[in-house]
Amino acid sequence: MTIHQISIFIENRSGTMIKVLEVLKQAGIDLIASTVADTTEYGIYRIICSEPLRAHEELQKAGIVVTISDVFALELDNKPGRAADAVRIFSEAGINLSYMYSFLLNGKGILIFRTDDNEKAKAVIKEKGLKYIEEPNLAGLA
Amino acid sequence: MDYKSEYLHPQFEALSREELEKLQIERLQATVRHCMNSPFYKQRFEECGLKPEDIKSLDDIRKIPFTTKQDLRDTYPFGMASVPLTKCVRLHSSSGTTGNPTVILHTQKDLDEWANAVARCLWMVGLRPDDVFQNSSGYGMFTGGLGFQYGAERLGALTVPAAAGNSLRQIKFIKDFGTTAIHAVPSYVTRLYEVMREQGVDPRRDTKLKVLAIGAEPHSEEQRKRIEDMLGVKAYNSFGMSEMCGPGVGFECKEQNGLHFWEDYYIVEIVDPETLEPVPDGEIGELVLTTLNREAMPLLRYRTRDLTRVLGRTCPCGRNHIRLDRMKGRSDDMIVLRGVNIFPIQIEKILMQFEELANNYLITLTTDEDNDNMTVEVELDKFDDDYGRLQKLEKEIRRRLKDEILLTPFVRLVPKGSLPVSEGKAVRVVDKRTVYQ
Repeated sequence: MTIHQISIFIENRSGTMIKVLEVLKQAGIDLIASTVADTTEYGIYRIICSEPLRAHEELQKAGIVVTISDVFALELDNKPGRAADAVRIFSEAGINLSYMYSFLLNGKGILIFRTDDNEKAKAVIKEKGLKYIEEPNLAGLA
Repeated sequence: MDYKSEYLHPQFEALSREELEKLQIERLQATVRHCMNSPFYKQRFEECGLKPEDIKSLDDIRKIPFTTKQDLRDTYPFGMASVPLTKCVRLHSSSGTTGNPTVILHTQKDLDEWANAVARCLWMVGLRPDDVFQNSSGYGMFTGGLGFQYGAERLGALTVPAAAGNSLRQIKFIKDFGTTAIHAVPSYVTRLYEVMREQGVDPRRDTKLKVLAIGAEPHSEEQRKRIEDMLGVKAYNSFGMSEMCGPGVGFECKEQNGLHFWEDYYIVEIVDPETLEPVPDGEIGELVLTTLNREAMPLLRYRTRDLTRVLGRTCPCGRNHIRLDRMKGRSDDMIVLRGVNIFPIQIEKILMQFEELANNYLITLTTDEDNDNMTVEVELDKFDDDYGRLQKLEKEIRRRLKDEILLTPFVRLVPKGSLPVSEGKAVRVVDKRTVYQ
């Protein structure tokens, strides 16, 4: 029910993100979404891509400080209030979201988030019948 | 200006070079003879076949092997003493964060001579018995405390052992007691001034301050001028080290052009730290000191690791005691930051305790608005996509480093592979402090 996200520890210095993107380019891996927040001196660059496991391997080989983590990717109708509804469900279930980001893909809203309790989150998604993206479908999305 | 009346010890301060050197050779011969009572030196002389009578001229000092801080550690605690312990009345010890601590012993005569030397320094910059001297320096094992205390008392000044910290109380003392002179580390003087300003105290209008003794941490000429401008005082550079008693080894006269090292107390050599050969006057080398009137623990050719150069052997003030430039750095990797001695290995030891970190790190020293700071950049090896945990890690590194080096550095996590590595050996310390420029 979760997908793999690549997280890279980066310094707030020009050129660091380029290095990451070059590695992915050389490996022929497609980006689906990526995000980095502005932070004081360092930050975490998070990427959803077509082949996360291979991306992780290639980045590690390039000497980049990278880790792989499990996140949820909900697929929502592109209508006002859908994101609010989804977040409320988790909030009411007492599940904390560590971070969240969203984007539009093929006319659908995609909501990526990480929780502090994946098992509970899975149960809620199942119970509420929420639509989500599965890892094998990532390559097809890009 | 008649400088002649400004000597506390004219019989020593006003000697010609020739007279000074004659006194030095007599005292050196006596010191070497006395060192035969030290188990350490007795053995060392035997090893190199040196006999006290071999020292016939000042140049013969080069026959004597150097003494190092490691020797002090190896003979810890009492192996270097030249008198029985019953004759000793005081002990000062270094913190020993990088191995055995070092111990310096004093007889009553040593303490008297030490007080005389400090009194001479303070007299030289204008202090008299009607002055009020506030010693805003750490006490305890730090020799800047008791050293200046006894010296100022010896001179006859009213001496206030205010110790370091509690700026509001310091300022109250300065105002209430009519303090005319302060001894403190330069960064603390700046701090005091900031608090004065916050409190609406104008040092020129509201205090009687006129003289400052600053030392124990490197500072630049610009820093000195700023301190003088801020407080409306004259600030004089003081050099001391616990191995040579403490303060009173070298001090600037009113010319403020180099520190006079008292040559009736010490023989000063400046050597190339690599070849250990003497360097010509004006060239930078390592300061090597030999004590000439110490009883409990004379030290012969002690390598201070401080880098400096000879500015001159005469001075318009009339004193012919050698003038040395302010210290230019260290010949080992020791860092002196805000009066605290730090070795990079201490920092390394702490960093290596964190499994999240890689092996490379970089220590950068900077001067930011008068304060000297340390930034430790360290490479991150493993992390788990959690920003909060990264911050926690940074905080924990900072806390553990503070416990070790007694100062709080800035800590910056950087990705593995981003710090400079020179051929084989990593660059560990970058000193950007204005003092060394």
